[in-house]
Amino acid sequence: MTFAPDTVSPGKLTDLFQLGLDAPICLTWELTYACNLSCVHCLSSSGRRDPRELSTDECKAVIDTMQRMQVFYVNIGGGEPTVRPDFWELVDYATAHQVGVKFSTNGVKITPEVAARLAASDYVDVQISLDGATAEVNDAVRGPGSYATAMRAMQNLADAGFRGFKLSVVMTRQNIPQMDEFKAIADRYGAQLRLTRLRPSGRGADVWDELHPLPAQQKQLYDWLVARGEQVLTGDSFFHLSAFGSALPGLNLCGAGRVVCLIDPVGDVYACPFAIHENFLAGNVRDAGGFETVWKTSELFQDLRKPDTGGACKSCGFYDSCRGGCMAAKFFTGLPMDGPDPECVQGYGEAALTSLDAGSGAGPVVAVPRPSVDHSHRTSPSSARPSSARPSSSRTPVPVTIAPRRPPSHDCDESPLAGFAAQ
Amino acid sequence: MRPEPFGALLYHFGTRRLSFLKNQRVLTVVRSLADHPSARAACTAAGVTEAELPAYARALAALAESTMISERTLHDFRS
Repeated sequence: MTFAPDTVSPGKLTDLFQLGLDAPICLTWELTYACNLSCVHCLSSSGRRDPRELSTDECKAVIDTMQRMQVFYVNIGGGEPTVRPDFWELVDYATAHQVGVKFSTNGVKITPEVAARLAASDYVDVQISLDGATAEVNDAVRGPGSYATAMRAMQNLADAGFRGFKLSVVMTRQNIPQMDEFKAIADRYGAQLRLTRLRPSGRGADVWDELHPLPAQQKQLYDWLVARGEQVLTGDSFFHLSAFGSALPGLNLCGAGRVVCLIDPVGDVYACPFAIHENFLAGNVRDAGGFETVWKTSELFQDLRKPDTGGACKSCGFYDSCRGGCMAAKFFTGLPMDGPDPECVQGYGEAALTSLDAGSGAGPVVAVPRPSVDHSHRTSPSSARPSSARPSSSRTPVPVTIAPRRPPSHDCDESPLAGFAAQ
Repeated sequence: MRPEPFGALLYHFGTRRLSFLKNQRVLTVVRSLADHPSARAACTAAGVTEAELPAYARALAALAESTMISERTLHDFRS
């Protein structure tokens, strides 16, 4: 992003965007829950197609709405979007209606023919997902053979002359030591590297404890990103790291319901791609008035567009940098919305999680919210699990008592670390 | 270019970059650039004062730098 005319008004962009926009800048549209892979951290718990999936005509109607609302571009994902038989038809329809497309894929359908076709369009961008710079690290998360698939797709795109497609990596404890190697792979194929944050969303909740970066790795990641500036994209997903010092490039603000949202395969509209849960469900594109009405009038979105109060984080000197972090990360780790991010770099998140564990009084079972929607393959390959992941027995239903959400603690205004030794 | 309550959002499909016009006046200026012989004339017509001109010049330069706006060339005058 450029923030070109900054000088014309002293107002900060975050303040302008906080109240929401007439239409999203971009929106994420998961076209299908069907996927050939079973990535252990899939944020949409994808695998099986949902029979209620939007039809081709319904998808075209959504695109018509986006054109009318002047949504600049749509991030298409899934699932694996390219397995939809009408995928290319929808991409063509969108670009013919002035809606740019960037789609995320594991590369399974990016043949030399498809790559040539993509290279010929100015309005389509491609994002190849890869979560390890080596097959060993990648395939432990994304499944056997997925490294080779992604590399072949990138080779095909490069051979077709597609410059600047995206190589997109979810940062984990295992791949943070490989950042330089990812950059080298991107450079080799003429791609642009994009690093994003692992969220405890979807199946990500099951592996978050084993995969999320350690505190020292967060600093390593931050320093690496600062050194590379705008060379490396981040989807503005690391704004919680801005509390380390200067802000990273991009919009340092939770855009949920303000500048972004998610349309899922059955037309449900959620506040953000990482919050597929009924608490963040604003409506459905099949409702009267369609997507435009959901975006403009849903109670949930109106609520999200109210200025942040800061809650327990307000007294923190870094609140202006990180704005309390990621809503979805807090929610799916059981933390209150107006408190610190679980990966708060000042350590407040860890303290909050510890007190949550202590408060539950239920040993290892923490009553955190579960995703409302799950399309996981019923028989996902066990070899796709990292060896360090929890045994499958822990994935079976466990009877839990859902603890009442803790009210915002005003005591925390003094110090969320009260009662805990400083690190 | 998409009008918003605070000004406008601009998106460039070639560079895939987003820019922001942070008030209504700069939106008026950008919209009327084609109707004026110079950027300065467009600014003056939109009510930009002499003191404000440097800020607007910087904003327009940044937009030009990101190829969001460009200098008129002859082929723009084709009928």
